[in-house]
Amino acid sequence: MTIRIQTEDFDITKEINLLKEERSKCGKEDVGAIVTFTGTVRDMAGKTPISSMSLEHYPGMTEKQLEAIAEEANKRWPLLGTTIIHRIGELNPGDNIVLVITLSSHRHAAFEAADFLMDFLKSKAPFWKKEQPLEGEANWVDARDSDKKSLTRWEK
Amino acid sequence: MKILYFAWVREKIGKSQEELEIPNSVSTVADLISWLETKGPEYRAAFENKETNNSAIKQSHVDHRTPLNNASEIAFFPPVTGG
Repeated sequence: MTIRIQTEDFDITKEINLLKEERSKCGKEDVGAIVTFTGTVRDMAGKTPISSMSLEHYPGMTEKQLEAIAEEANKRWPLLGTTIIHRIGELNPGDNIVLVITLSSHRHAAFEAADFLMDFLKSKAPFWKKEQPLEGEANWVDARDSDKKSLTRWEK
Repeated sequence: MKILYFAWVREKIGKSQEELEIPNSVSTVADLISWLETKGPEYRAAFENKETNNSAIKQSHVDHRTPLNNASEIAFFPPVTGG
């Protein structure tokens, strides 16, 4: 399980290979499905064009929450590798924000676990986005009700 | 007690953290918010809409009814917007 908070960009292929190598080192070639999700910065906040975004987080709590989310995913699905990388600091439209990778023997577990990880990350991990419009003052992004509703899909 | 503030809560209060001696009468998160509000208009502005103030004790999400139980660290922040 890899969890990283970083300012620099990530390389999706490199991260996939790291997870595959880790599994190979265990003497296993049982990975049959790799799902990745990448979240990127849009150039519009609703109808307002934005020039940049800054991301703040709560160091310590973020890692703790992401570890808990990843552990829960590993309990629910037979995963063979999990990576969560989230960027912080100044980001521009088109930049990567977040990467989730799940490895499993079969696709359904990998797809579902990646979906689950993103839903929980969005409502539990302490990150805050501030958007800078092309004109005027920067605004803190409001939480979406739809993100909260997404969580109910995973209730047991 | 170490109190941390993030995002617009931090901006409204004007600091990211502080160390405060909390009176014994303050026993829950809600009590602590009420007590902080007596400290000045910047705190009242930060806690104006309480339903938008999330809190965490020992880096776990808690609601406002949660007892402080001599926790060493508490954080206040808006609903999270990562991902």
